[in-house]
Amino acid sequence: MKSLVKEFTKGIIRENPTFVLVLGLCPTLAVSVSVANGIGMGVAATFVLLGSSMIVSLVKNFIPDKIRIPCFIVVIATFVTITELCLKAYSPVLDRALGIYVPLIVVNCIVLGRAEAFACKNNLASSFFDGLGMGVGFTLALVIISAIREFLGTGQVLGHTLIKGFEPPFVFGMPSGALLVIGLLLGLFNLIKDRKR
Amino acid sequence: MKDRLIVSGSPHIYTRESVSRIMWTVVVSLIPAGIAGVIIFGWDALWITLAAVGAAVSTELIFELAAGKKITVLDGSAVITGILLAFNLPAGVPLWLPVIGAVVSMVVGKLLFGGLGQNIFNPALVGRVFLMASWPKYMTTFTRPFCDTVASATPLAALKEGKVLEHIPYWDLFIGNHGGCIGEVCILALLIGAAILFIKGYISWQIPVTYIVTTGLFMYVFGGNGFFKGDWLFHILSGGLILGAFFMATDYVATPLTAKGQIIFGVGCGVLTAVIRIWGGYPEGVSYAILMMNAATPFIDRYTKNRIYGSK
Repeated sequence: MKSLVKEFTKGIIRENPTFVLVLGLCPTLAVSVSVANGIGMGVAATFVLLGSSMIVSLVKNFIPDKIRIPCFIVVIATFVTITELCLKAYSPVLDRALGIYVPLIVVNCIVLGRAEAFACKNNLASSFFDGLGMGVGFTLALVIISAIREFLGTGQVLGHTLIKGFEPPFVFGMPSGALLVIGLLLGLFNLIKDRKR
Repeated sequence: MKDRLIVSGSPHIYTRESVSRIMWTVVVSLIPAGIAGVIIFGWDALWITLAAVGAAVSTELIFELAAGKKITVLDGSAVITGILLAFNLPAGVPLWLPVIGAVVSMVVGKLLFGGLGQNIFNPALVGRVFLMASWPKYMTTFTRPFCDTVASATPLAALKEGKVLEHIPYWDLFIGNHGGCIGEVCILALLIGAAILFIKGYISWQIPVTYIVTTGLFMYVFGGNGFFKGDWLFHILSGGLILGAFFMATDYVATPLTAKGQIIFGVGCGVLTAVIRIWGGYPEGVSYAILMMNAATPFIDRYTKNRIYGSK
């Protein structure tokens, strides 16, 4: 039981996919314009991560070693298609906001990375918690980044204006602002880690 | 007698030049352009410059105190960053703009990389590009010379929008009688400052000359209707080319070390500036050109390394 909790919590801080493993930066840079988008992307990726981790860990003994990557991709693509169709059906606004980045979860390094590095070597329960932890960590990172960017870029968070008369610097709504915010946050995380040591 | 026989390691010959001496000389060489800016755009230009310098110096001081680093505010490099940033702003901006720009310049452009000597980009340009992307409304509203608050386009912006230019005489472009940023309009004052740096030997000819010549040549060939019809003198005298070529593209830290590398750097800046002016989205491309070549500097340095005598 203790080890399952550990598998879950490691993805949130100690091995946070965005700030520590530095994986999946493409969608992070692209969709972190607003908190709503960030949460949507995070939840979608978490669902795919959970599903693919579980399936891969179940079928790991039947997959020939040489063609394991294509097999993982097929599993992941199935869950991405489910996610995409559900988004299109139930939340067309979010689907339009996330655009190409939902289908691109297929090639998200976090999902493939967990399948390759964890799920194909571990049992169902630990794979489930590993996927869940990584998904929560990814969502958390997206929320932090997109909250900073939405506030600085538009003066709002989740559509609410926080400070009146604040003239937001547009740069944070642009890709260059995303790189700036992620770079500074990565530096901050490393600084904190160094201080702890 | 005994202590005069002690042989120490090299170097044995010292020069009185030092980093801070060079930096303060650059500050002095920027003063003519500052005075010209104040004469042309009024006292606002002075307040903006002082705000930027004050913010740059205090940012460096606070950062170094907080990080427990050596205090280096007296070497003058923060002052230069402040002045150059202010010189790249229109005279009508609100005073908080240069302050934020200077903080971004110092923190993102310089201090986070490890301070003077470690920065890969020219800090003042980092601040300027940040402001340009953040508050384009303020950054592209220029005041007309010799009168307050009347907005006017820079000659380059007018050209970009396809407006028919009331022909500005070259002499007006040369002495700065047109809309533009505080420090870039008066070419005469900038050349006086550049002459000081040349006479002291602080900047070499490679970057400024190749930069300006390349921009002029490219504009002459591609800048007009049809080939070889561009108004090259107009393009050399307008915008931030002279300020950029002499004071920002010659930054010691972020430019190549060897003469050969500096020529490549200057030509690259010139081509990029001309390309942005002709085909780019912005009317002016000096800051982006210099920043892009700053990014290429490590590669230029690697391929233009001088051969060590006797090696293959």
